[in-house]
Amino acid sequence: MTVKSKQEVVNVDKATVRFAGDSGDGMQLAGMRFTDTSAMIGNDIATLPDFPAEIRAPAGTVAGVSGFQVNFASTEIYTPGDEVDALIAMNPAAFKANIRDVRAGGIVIVNESEFTKVNLRKAGYGENDANPLDDEAVAQKYKLYKVPITRLTEESLADSSLGAKDVGRCKNMYALGLIYFLYDRPLDVTVRYLEDYFGKKKKMPEVATANVQALKAGFHFGETAEMFPVRYQVAKAPIEAGTYRRITGNEAAAMGLVTASKKAGKDLIYCTYPITPASDILHYLAAMRNFGVKTFQAEDEIAAVCAAIGVAFAGQLGVTGTSGPGVALKGEAIGLAVMLELPLLVINVQRGGPSTGLPTKAEQSDLFQAMYGRNGDCPMPVLAPQSPADCFDLIIEAVKIALESMCPVMFLSDGYIANGAEPWRIPNPDDIAEFKVTHASDPETFQGYARNDKLARPWAIPGTPGLQHRVGGLEKQHKTGNVNYDPENHQLMTNLRREKVAKIAERIPDLEIEGDATGDVLLLGWGGTYGAITSAKNALRAQGKKVSSAHLRYLNPMPRNVGDVLKGFKHVIVPELNTGQLRTIIRGKYLVDARGLNKVQGKPFLIEEIEQAVNLMLDGKWGDRLYLEPHNHQVRIEDQDLSKYL
Amino acid sequence: MADNLPLEVLKPKDFASDQDVRWCPGCGDYAILNQVKKVLAKMGARKEHTVFVAGIGCSSRFPYYVDTYGMHSIHGRAPAFVSGIKIANPDLDVWMVTGDGDGLSIGGNHLLHILRRNINVNIMLFNNEIYGLTKGQYSPTSPEGKKTKSSPMGSIDMPLSPISVAIAAEASFVARAVDVDKDLGDILERAANHRGASFVEIFQDCNIFNHFAFKYATDKDEKEDATIKLEHGKPMVFGKNRDKGLRLTGDHKIEIVELGKGISEDDLLFHDEHDESLAFLLSRLKHPEFPEPLGVFYSVKDDCYEDLLTKQVTVAQESRGVGNLYDLYNSGDTWEVKNPGEGVQAPGLQLED
Repeated sequence: MTVKSKQEVVNVDKATVRFAGDSGDGMQLAGMRFTDTSAMIGNDIATLPDFPAEIRAPAGTVAGVSGFQVNFASTEIYTPGDEVDALIAMNPAAFKANIRDVRAGGIVIVNESEFTKVNLRKAGYGENDANPLDDEAVAQKYKLYKVPITRLTEESLADSSLGAKDVGRCKNMYALGLIYFLYDRPLDVTVRYLEDYFGKKKKMPEVATANVQALKAGFHFGETAEMFPVRYQVAKAPIEAGTYRRITGNEAAAMGLVTASKKAGKDLIYCTYPITPASDILHYLAAMRNFGVKTFQAEDEIAAVCAAIGVAFAGQLGVTGTSGPGVALKGEAIGLAVMLELPLLVINVQRGGPSTGLPTKAEQSDLFQAMYGRNGDCPMPVLAPQSPADCFDLIIEAVKIALESMCPVMFLSDGYIANGAEPWRIPNPDDIAEFKVTHASDPETFQGYARNDKLARPWAIPGTPGLQHRVGGLEKQHKTGNVNYDPENHQLMTNLRREKVAKIAERIPDLEIEGDATGDVLLLGWGGTYGAITSAKNALRAQGKKVSSAHLRYLNPMPRNVGDVLKGFKHVIVPELNTGQLRTIIRGKYLVDARGLNKVQGKPFLIEEIEQAVNLMLDGKWGDRLYLEPHNHQVRIEDQDLSKYL
Repeated sequence: MADNLPLEVLKPKDFASDQDVRWCPGCGDYAILNQVKKVLAKMGARKEHTVFVAGIGCSSRFPYYVDTYGMHSIHGRAPAFVSGIKIANPDLDVWMVTGDGDGLSIGGNHLLHILRRNINVNIMLFNNEIYGLTKGQYSPTSPEGKKTKSSPMGSIDMPLSPISVAIAAEASFVARAVDVDKDLGDILERAANHRGASFVEIFQDCNIFNHFAFKYATDKDEKEDATIKLEHGKPMVFGKNRDKGLRLTGDHKIEIVELGKGISEDDLLFHDEHDESLAFLLSRLKHPEFPEPLGVFYSVKDDCYEDLLTKQVTVAQESRGVGNLYDLYNSGDTWEVKNPGEGVQAPGLQLED
């Protein structure tokens, strides 16, 4: 049946909803359920989870606020949305941390039950400060709805056999039910999930029942309370026909790895040490033993990469995954893999740095590390996925390159892609091409460091009669692979290792230009900024501006046409979540006056920030500035001076 | 092809690689290399199924000198490479060569973990109580007060006992031998036949930077009194005249006693390779206060990591079926999009009341 509610129904193209609460409030779960429902009724979706590094930061504090943002639309979308259309704030801290991201006129639903004196103080409101809910300015700027969610959840579960604590935990579902009402979404997808997860998997049917009850109660409250004069509908998006699922970057990477191992005819052995935000790849793969996947949780990062190299030496697919600090520790061993010329995949799910940095926040500041972070002249291919689903395709490419070229390959994901989700059109596994590996077997012709047309050496694995050979980190003699210190030989081997990586450019696709091949501004990006850059480019072009974009998925080597692409534009702007790493490489390699839009605030770019930067360029406002930074969501020339902030 | 031919009988010299051995003349490593080649021949090892893995240091050049598969890796990390190799192919016979610096200093962490995981590998730790390849600094096994280039006033580091470390790290086979001792071969053979991580500390003479560090264990006149051979089930007798023994005191310490004068062999400690506490006690005996034990300290049967991991794969495939990619992609909630491009209204509430 369809509810015939009294409220006016307004159709919108897209909406951005953010669930925010204490890190124990179940906001990630609520957000994920909302995402699945939206995806399954045909919206395009993009999500951004944002959680603290502490598992349970002090309850009620701003540091402990966990958020999940989902953008859902009837059009194609590329980002989780710049501004929030509807915020659900489960306590004062969540309100405080998130209110400034809500657009003027946006919806703010607060859990009024939690706006107590004590909680206000925990959130940093002073003794003498007024309750922000009583603030006239707030009420005028936003559509503020005060709903005593905690109390209503308790009342709706008055008959439940659950204890008070468990009842309290259902309030996320109550809030979710309310949002489902507001955006006219069905409950059945979530009901089914709750029954499966709590009822069947966790064997707690009473918890499942209570959650479903709270969900429905929240929905019915919206319907009957006559609080909300307007409901919103977001129609299906015109997406390509097919079967879809929601996928995060880490999930896609795990599935891509399993796929690559099957297509290569190799066992996947994932050697790793837990680290945020890469650990989920381990969790997914550890549950895939029935695919023949072995996971090795090593004693440290160094052991993890060394074990993966051992796997490769023994003839299987060795992969190690980590984040920036882990790559720092693995550097010496990656250099060994360059020297041994064995296939290895290194996954870096980047996070904010340096050092421990911002473990749960997004940044792309490990490009230099990937390119240059080893001793000696030590080149390796570097690939970076541009979206969660792209992790699937590109990680297969990365494995293929490692096996074909017999070298370590760096896969540079980031926390934004890894945890963000988007719809993924499920491929037919049979349509993915095989790339079966062959091993050396003929003792008559075998030479450990002879090379094929890709400059790869033969992969001779233990167990093969007559091919016994020794590898090691000492310089190798060309062809024989024996230890060698001859000056000309070291020059030759260094050149060969470089050329082997450079030659990969012959096998990768050209850099695609989105928009015209010539114009005023080219936005050149890499990694997880694809969505924001594409959206900004689309918006600027809709205004008639001569702006195009291009996104590098292959950073080393770069596609052969990059130099030609750059030549077509008066200005090149490289938006990056770092202080200008790709920009520096582009300037050095192609001698073009590339400028940067650089942000290291733990958050992805807003579309608006990129648009502003481009407009300033088109208006001739950049001057000699090498880069601009957004501050508080605005890119302004007057904000660029560091001394202003000291 | 080779598969159809009867297996060739290999002699020790068949395990020599074509590379010149570059250790210093007179180094204890030569004796060890020879013993290993003999053991390989005696055990009927196949060259192509054997892998030598080493870290960095003098001892770690070992793989270059045996005609098997080999890897000269990076400093301290040999256990991690071995782990990967064994996980990928549990059937390979893997030997690991390390030293006191490589295995106990820079690589100490990895040594602990390969031992506790009980990966089926034969670990030889060449202990010369000095850093040789970097030309003579003190190592984690150098005695206190040891004067070296980096400790001109004497080392103030407390040395550790490799055997104690191995036992504490849950090793399933722990032994000690001397480079020039003929028993080395027997002990290595036992280590190789042990299923699991076998750990053998080898007293090895660095004749350049730490010559005669183990003179007490090699000198004809001294060694009978300065060492004691451990034999399972036998009383702990030692001395040139076999007139001394080890006895357990009331407070569980070991003391030296003289046989005769009312003390018979029956009063002595009897070696039990399965007794972990005894093994640890023995590992604390240091020259010159005590004779240092040689032989097998400890040996028990235990599951190997790589076998358990392979078994998990088998069990998962039996219970859940061999995974296929189609099911993997389609797991969880999926939805169909049938009419691309149609801006269809989202469905309203579907509640089963």
